[in-house]
Amino acid sequence: MALTALTGTKLRERRLAADLRQADVAAAAGISASYLNLIEHNRRNVTPEVMERLAGALGLDRAALAEGPNPALMEDLRAAAARGGLEAAELDRLEDFADRFPGWAGLLVRLGAQAQGLERAVEALNDRMTHDPHLSQSLHELLSSLSSVRATAAILADTEDLDQDWATRFHRNLHHDSERLAAGAEALVAYLDGGGGRAEQGIASPQEEVEDWLRGRNWRIGDEELARGLDGEIAGLAATAARALARAHVARAAADARAMPEAGLRAVLARTGPDPLALAQHFGADPLAAMRRLATLPELGAGLVACDASGTLTFRKPAPGFPLPRFGAACPLWPLYAALARPQLPVETAVGIAGQAGRRHRVVAVSALRHPLGLRGPELREAAMLILPDEGGTGPVLTVGSSCRVCPRTGCVARREPSILTVDGG
Amino acid sequence: MLLVEDEANIAEAIRFILTRDGWRVSHLADGAEVLALVRRERPDLVILDHMLPGMSGLEILTALRAEPATRALPVMMLTARGRDREAAERAGADRFMSKPFSNAEILAEVRAMMGR
Repeated sequence: MALTALTGTKLRERRLAADLRQADVAAAAGISASYLNLIEHNRRNVTPEVMERLAGALGLDRAALAEGPNPALMEDLRAAAARGGLEAAELDRLEDFADRFPGWAGLLVRLGAQAQGLERAVEALNDRMTHDPHLSQSLHELLSSLSSVRATAAILADTEDLDQDWATRFHRNLHHDSERLAAGAEALVAYLDGGGGRAEQGIASPQEEVEDWLRGRNWRIGDEELARGLDGEIAGLAATAARALARAHVARAAADARAMPEAGLRAVLARTGPDPLALAQHFGADPLAAMRRLATLPELGAGLVACDASGTLTFRKPAPGFPLPRFGAACPLWPLYAALARPQLPVETAVGIAGQAGRRHRVVAVSALRHPLGLRGPELREAAMLILPDEGGTGPVLTVGSSCRVCPRTGCVARREPSILTVDGG
Repeated sequence: MLLVEDEANIAEAIRFILTRDGWRVSHLADGAEVLALVRRERPDLVILDHMLPGMSGLEILTALRAEPATRALPVMMLTARGRDREAAERAGADRFMSKPFSNAEILAEVRAMMGR
């Protein structure tokens, strides 16, 4: 277990809470009181042996002292700080803050997420007003019918010597256009009335809503459930777009499950290990489908991200110690993007996330091309990256981040924007 | 003059009032045929709707302004929305009519453009 920079602070807090004197604890641990004082002020590193003895003197488990705050909470706090433009001096004390006031830290993250949600809702509404093709089409239709009604009615009203044929014709046009006007107005009212819910108004993005749903199920849908379908649960999602995404996800997962049923999958897995290409070969399936299947097995603890040709993340299942950006662009060094540029060529790399204390992962990324409209249709590209834990792995590691703003790595040549975690922005 | 408008009933009404005012009016509903007809018939004025099938009003206007023979041809754009108007102005439209317009406005504008 790694010792964090704040082990000393925690040690001091525990000692004071136990009402013990520095000299007594130092003596019990077999070190000098002045050395303990330096340790308690985080000015000396402490070896695991000394730590063990200090923990013993305080009657504590060593792990409890060494353990930093929850990494997911830290990641969320860094993201909140990035949005709020918090200064570097405060950021240095982030761990201290999260550790001492986990409740307040959690509240801060929730409020930050709420503010972000509201900002997104405003953006979504603004976007709807200016770019919504349905609204703009409806208004155009209304104005066209109205123009016609106005011009035709004026002719009927103002032309004294209008002959009977013309009059009949214009009356017919007028009737037709007034019907159109009524239907258009009705459709517009129905459209503006619809979608009163929070999610429907874009407060949570549809993708987030689907991911929340899957997270609630531990990212797992059994083969029998897939075969039956999950229409009932999907109907419970708030946004129409989220329901459509969830249906597409379930349809794809069901096809994956038919190609690679769970029992067979586990049997091959026991022989080959989590190798998506070997699985794909065995089942005659697509490697991306094999990766999606592997990500559903809880015992592997694997994460999965997928993106389309624009690099936009279309699926995000996090793995422990491999935080994913909530939204927006990810780290350009991810092997996912290397694979995206080289369809069919798998990329396997050991990676470590900057700032995650040497935790290793093994990632496998593959991309594939599709031509749903055939030879002359557009080429669609999809890449996926399976994130497998690699505890105890050895050899060189590619250091990557989650997203530039919250990445502490310095001197990164792929950096897209300054980090809030380093003084000079990395 | 040439009226380009894909809404049949609007076109019929405009054509009626302009014809009664003494103008000879040709009508097209499809944007793609406009340039050929302008070259052939050489109208004195074009009334151009913004949203057209085939070729949009803006594309037609840009093409007319690019050709020496029609660079100065008076063009009135029929627009529905405020934003379209800015784009039409940049593309070189002489006048605008926002839908829904009145018959009297159309007549007055056409007379003014033709110097009558």
